Amino acid sequence: MRIALFITCVNDLMFPGTGRAVVRVLERLGHTVEFPAEQTCCGQMHANSGYRAEAMPLVRRFVDAFAGYDAVVGPSGSCVAMVRDSYPHLAEGDPGLAAAVSAVAPRTYELSELLVDVLGVTDVGARFPYRVTYHPTCHGLRMLRLGDRPLALLRAVGGIDLADLPGAAECCGFGGTFAVKNAGVSGAMLADKCAAIAATGAQYVAAVDNSCLAHIGGGLSRGAGGGARPIHYAEILASEGAQ
Amino acid sequence: MTTVDRGSGHIVTPLPFPRYAARELGDAQLRTNLRRATHTIRDKRLRVVGEVPEWEALRWAGAATKDDALARLPALLEQFEAAATARGATVHWARDATEASAIVTDLVRSTGTTEVVKVKSMVTQEIRLNETLAEAGIAAVETDLAELIVQLADDAPSHILVPAIHYNRGQIRDIFRARMAGVDPDLGDAPAALAEAARRHLRAKFLTAKVGISGANFAIAETGTLVVVESEGNGRMCLTLPETLISVVGIEKLLPRFADLDVFLQLLPRSSTGERMNPYTSLWTGVTPGDGPQNVHIVLLDNGRTATLADPHGREALRCIRCSACLNVCPVYERVGGHAYGSVYPGPIGAIISPQLAGQDAGFNRSLPYASTLCGACFDACPVRIDIPRILVHLRQSGVDAKRGRPSAERTAMRALSFLMRDRRRYAAALRAARRGAAPLRLGRRRDTLRRLPWPLSAWTTSRDAPLPPGETFREWWSRERA
Repeated sequence: MRIALFITCVNDLMFPGTGRAVVRVLERLGHTVEFPAEQTCCGQMHANSGYRAEAMPLVRRFVDAFAGYDAVVGPSGSCVAMVRDSYPHLAEGDPGLAAAVSAVAPRTYELSELLVDVLGVTDVGARFPYRVTYHPTCHGLRMLRLGDRPLALLRAVGGIDLADLPGAAECCGFGGTFAVKNAGVSGAMLADKCAAIAATGAQYVAAVDNSCLAHIGGGLSRGAGGGARPIHYAEILASEGAQ
Repeated sequence: MTTVDRGSGHIVTPLPFPRYAARELGDAQLRTNLRRATHTIRDKRLRVVGEVPEWEALRWAGAATKDDALARLPALLEQFEAAATARGATVHWARDATEASAIVTDLVRSTGTTEVVKVKSMVTQEIRLNETLAEAGIAAVETDLAELIVQLADDAPSHILVPAIHYNRGQIRDIFRARMAGVDPDLGDAPAALAEAARRHLRAKFLTAKVGISGANFAIAETGTLVVVESEGNGRMCLTLPETLISVVGIEKLLPRFADLDVFLQLLPRSSTGERMNPYTSLWTGVTPGDGPQNVHIVLLDNGRTATLADPHGREALRCIRCSACLNVCPVYERVGGHAYGSVYPGPIGAIISPQLAGQDAGFNRSLPYASTLCGACFDACPVRIDIPRILVHLRQSGVDAKRGRPSAERTAMRALSFLMRDRRRYAAALRAARRGAAPLRLGRRRDTLRRLPWPLSAWTTSRDAPLPPGETFREWWSRERA
């Protein structure tokens, strides 16, 4: 099976450790991961902020860069949702692009979908002896409908102490450019999310999206959240002991 | 090509959403009231929706029926007019808020009365009917308890279903004591005492009013029937006691068949008040000789609905049955309340219908589609499956496209980013530059976050710290290790 890693531009620059973690998990399970170097950005920020014309060349790039793989895996719920849910809308009226999208988009998976649904694995042989709470990000929860998959993977991690997050399904307030266009409301939502994290007594808050985690982490590093730190769940799945 | 008129009235926000939001965020009492109220209704809704195994099928059926009605709206409207007229109603057609208000005002004036009683109705607020009536010397008395509170306070409703959601009972007692004629000066804040005071105040109005004014939740094309769904019985009073009844009905309220109510009378109460069935459902068809109002008028209102229908990517917003489930689950609404949206329609549905009905160029309506994190809770809660997040993005795109050609710092940045990301070498060089640029910021730091960034990135650090990029991008690691 040819698996391509869709790193996402945010992870490429800001959170390369998450990409390395995905590679480590899949290789530990005996798979080979390829990294198509032509990939750049999926265009989510452009499209969701209203810049459709600026997003379209990036949509075309994406489907070219990832053509021909059996599976494309991205460690970001929102970027995968962009490809799978928004690309078909964006490609309307362009039959060539629509065909390319329909070839690539259904085979583009968030990491937990690839592991649980495609590869049939929930125990990836990880060990992470810490108290962790899991925030199911909006795109993972309500667009990709990841459901229990990430938690099933986390429950199988050795030594982990998983704590339920109160009001878990509520948005953290990130929302892409919402975080700057409506910084006040975003900050109010973040404060409530950090308080919920603090209530769990967790050492780490895990999620499927580093952009939400960057926002949450930005609140945590100002002292909210009771000392919890943000971590992408792929890095927990890659872990083999103490950090 | 014919031009399609946009609507007017209380669907145009006079200030950008972030400006209003900043003001409302500063009100701690408002935040507490809103949080308690929205979470209570949210939980009730989840309980009663969970009891219905076929809920998803009902949502699909509701959406399909509305889409069917919208697809053949002109024919259904004529069918409705013919059926209602045959049963003794007089049907009027209004292009916009001004026309509709003028029609209603003239009808009231011709009765010679100076006071009318009103059933709670969004559409009459949309057309600013009370203000127009007041200019003609006619007092419009709101008879829904929460609308009465808001009217006595000289305030505006902040929620579709619970207009006084921003007040707690202590605040309501204070409003009654200050503004309600003849009220007990020692009135307490027990809900029963407050309701009793309102009941006494309103009873006198019901028994003397010559004219009742309502909206409608549904209009049945097949029979010419109007339907009002309510909880307090004030609606039933207004719909049955006066001699003249005037109903303002948005043209998107049409349902093809009487039997379609089967689906909608299940969807609406569970989604709005979180009840299995609402206490009062009134249906009337024209005039019933010797029983109820003998002069029945229906004002069919466009006010931007035809323009909305013309947009294939936005038209499903017209399915809305004004249940307000999307408000109660919205994390943005929960923090800022309804006034921040500057329109009679607040929350996620308001963020898509105000800019569509009145146009994005009206006031600061262009800011409304950005009043969302696109979290998707509204779509899941919507009983007629309006994909609000998708329409928000669509409106952002049409709003940006309409302004192309004018200079904008944001567009310049978006263009530059798109240009960089269209080429692998440019992209890799930009990542490298960003990483190197940030490197000095890391020197001597224990933390990998920054507390303050210069403009324009300061917009990020007003609300949270910013992460710093590590010493190596992923693709640098890959080419070092794997390539």
